[in-house]
Amino acid sequence: MAKIKPRVKLPKKAKAGETITIKTIISHKMESGRRKDKKGNVIARRIINKFACKFEGQTIFGCDIEPAISANPYFQFNAKVEKTGEFEFIWTDDNGDTYQKKQTIKVS
Amino acid sequence: MPELSRRHILGMGAGALVVSSLSIPFSALAANTMATDAIMKFTGGAKPKDGLVTLDMPEIAENGNTVPVGVSVDSPMTADNYVKSVLVVADGNPSAGVATFHFSPMSGAAEASTRMRLAKTQNVIAVAAMSDGSFHSAQSVVKVTIGGCGG
Repeated sequence: MAKIKPRVKLPKKAKAGETITIKTIISHKMESGRRKDKKGNVIARRIINKFACKFEGQTIFGCDIEPAISANPYFQFNAKVEKTGEFEFIWTDDNGDTYQKKQTIKVS
Repeated sequence: MPELSRRHILGMGAGALVVSSLSIPFSALAANTMATDAIMKFTGGAKPKDGLVTLDMPEIAENGNTVPVGVSVDSPMTADNYVKSVLVVADGNPSAGVATFHFSPMSGAAEASTRMRLAKTQNVIAVAAMSDGSFHSAQSVVKVTIGGCGG
């Protein structure tokens, strides 16, 4: 599989108490485990099965994912920010790998 | 056979028709059961109420591989009244589960969107679990032109 690259988009600055929108996407084939190759063998399932967004260690948003989510899974959600801090995004692969991305936000 | 009158034969034909028409929706019913099971497992047997939940989906999806789906729940999202999680199921997919979103009061708004696969024209159902223990749901029919589950 091509290199798995997580990407995150959120504002750099926000006002205290503001609800911001966060967009995330990760390049991943999300092999459903239902497709067959040319010889008729089932291609093993390999998906991102879990996603979590934490702010300063506290989970804000999470998602349990089934094979019915499209390739290159995209998530858009919200977070209410009260103070300056760091967001951490964690994707968990079926093979046990995790992919992480961190981004700070300045709150005034 | 004198007892097999014309009326009898007609009756038999009608009976056969009823049986055959019953057998068609059976597969759809089975798929629904899988989705219902998933919902019942999520709610712990409680029947979700209508309202509060909005499911934002296109009426017609040309490509079943990536169908945008958005869920929003009307909730103040405070520490004592918020949406805990939202289950999304599709009743016509090979397996009903799509995703479960977990929210917290720090989410600010109980809204999430993603992209999903749909194998065929079917119902998509979202069920929200509130912090007070109640469940709400919304349903939407999506017509799919090209299915997206591989095969």
